[in-house]
Amino acid sequence: MSAPAAGTAGPDVLPPRSARGRRLGPGPRVPGLLALGPLLLLAVWFLGSATGFIDERTLSAPWTVVATAGDLVADGTLPDHLAASAQRALLGLVSGIAVGLALALVSGLSRLGEGVVDGPMHVNRAVPNLALLPLLILWFGIGEEMKVITIALAVVVPIYVHTHNGLRAIDRRYVELAETLGTSRTAFLARVVLPGALPGFLLGLRFAVTAAWLSLVVVEQVNATSGLGYMMTLAGTYGQTDVIVVGLVVYAVLGLLMDGLVRLVQRRALAWRRTLED
Amino acid sequence: MAPDTGGLTLDTAPKPSPAADASPGDGPAVRVRGLTRGFGGRVVLDGIDLDIRRGEFVALLGRSGSGKSTLLRAVAGLDHGVAGRGSMDTPEHVSMVFQDSRLLPWQRVLANVVLSLPGPNARERGRAALAEAGLEGRERAWPHELSGGEQQRAALARSLVREPELLLADEPFGALDALTRMRMQALLLRLVEAHRPAVLLVTHSVDEAITLADRVVVLADGTVGADVPVDLSGPRESASPAFADLRRRLLSELGVTDAPDEEAPA
Repeated sequence: MSAPAAGTAGPDVLPPRSARGRRLGPGPRVPGLLALGPLLLLAVWFLGSATGFIDERTLSAPWTVVATAGDLVADGTLPDHLAASAQRALLGLVSGIAVGLALALVSGLSRLGEGVVDGPMHVNRAVPNLALLPLLILWFGIGEEMKVITIALAVVVPIYVHTHNGLRAIDRRYVELAETLGTSRTAFLARVVLPGALPGFLLGLRFAVTAAWLSLVVVEQVNATSGLGYMMTLAGTYGQTDVIVVGLVVYAVLGLLMDGLVRLVQRRALAWRRTLED
Repeated sequence: MAPDTGGLTLDTAPKPSPAADASPGDGPAVRVRGLTRGFGGRVVLDGIDLDIRRGEFVALLGRSGSGKSTLLRAVAGLDHGVAGRGSMDTPEHVSMVFQDSRLLPWQRVLANVVLSLPGPNARERGRAALAEAGLEGRERAWPHELSGGEQQRAALARSLVREPELLLADEPFGALDALTRMRMQALLLRLVEAHRPAVLLVTHSVDEAITLADRVVVLADGTVGADVPVDLSGPRESASPAFADLRRRLLSELGVTDAPDEEAPA
């Protein structure tokens, strides 16, 4: 915090700030400041379209996009596609989180489990999701199953890697404490392991949410008859730039909203921490 | 009783067994016989024999590296995989206080105190223990919101709410400032008098050992170098001649010959 302005409560005389006492952290939170970057982007888009700097055929103007969005909502196209996409993303996300979390616990708490699970997880991490797609289509067809599995596979990786890492970073001294208190395995898991791995898990969750949306676009553009990705691919064939941009904006807004949601959970769940975040 | 392997090789440390064969009331709280521990071929404890009577307060002194923490951890059963042999009888209910308070940062103070606390009314008993340690009203605080002394009070409450027959303490006040340390020592004495556990306190402070303990054991070269009862009548004033005599004797056992009259606060 900077020196209080004249007239505010506080000590009358503050010692002059020297380099020695300089604040090195980012300082306290300013409400709404997190919206600054997105708002700047919007402003550039708006100004560029208004001045004709951005060609309508390259990128539709904001007002065109808003009008198109209105039309798409009115005739039910957008809500239908959005619902289809959201269902896929959510299913993939939930199952991916469950599997990733379970694997991270197995691998983090047992050496045998680590030997079995860790290698395949890193193989999965090294192979790009897109490269797996042809194989997944052969195995599961082109229905919902394939789509949800592809999304889940993309979600499992960040959840696993970050939860496992967070779990292994738990201070050994707490494990020792649990031993002296005669803690049962269940209580150890509930009171020490899970809360201790929570910061890692939540970081993984932020990556996972993004990964879920990314995979969603890919699977919907490959073979689908519904969903946001399908709507955009179709618009691409007809040269409807405005519809494509509507799809992009919806993706962006949803991505930001979900990330914001995870961050909110993060701040609530990690109230015990004293970090630069707070 | 854990089997005494008696061999020459250093085997994996036997786990301390609760004194199941001893009926409560008779025999010492802790009986250690021929305890040997080594790290990487270096023998740290070499055939330690130690008895602690029920309700007795024993302070363990020793130079850095003398094996006092190793002995404490062996009694606590925390030395998995450490090579060694010997036999050990310890009570069923043992609590430990560490140099750091070791409160789980993600649990509030009361939840920390009642962590894995068996029996009914755990939270009520936890509240009472916190009040006893002078932390009434701080039940909902996060550990990082407490001062160092308060954190150690919470750790003491966590240990004593379990009504241990043996309290192990590994330099519990070593990280506190001199004033806080004196207040914590008084609190520890008060709590120990109320709950009457046997106590094994590892400390590097001769004054702390004399002030608190019924008996001072000095470890030297992995064996018991001296076993000195503290027979000071009246309040233990560090300025009294008897206190000074004892301090000089213990310091010489520790290899400090030009003993100062008063120990400088660390």
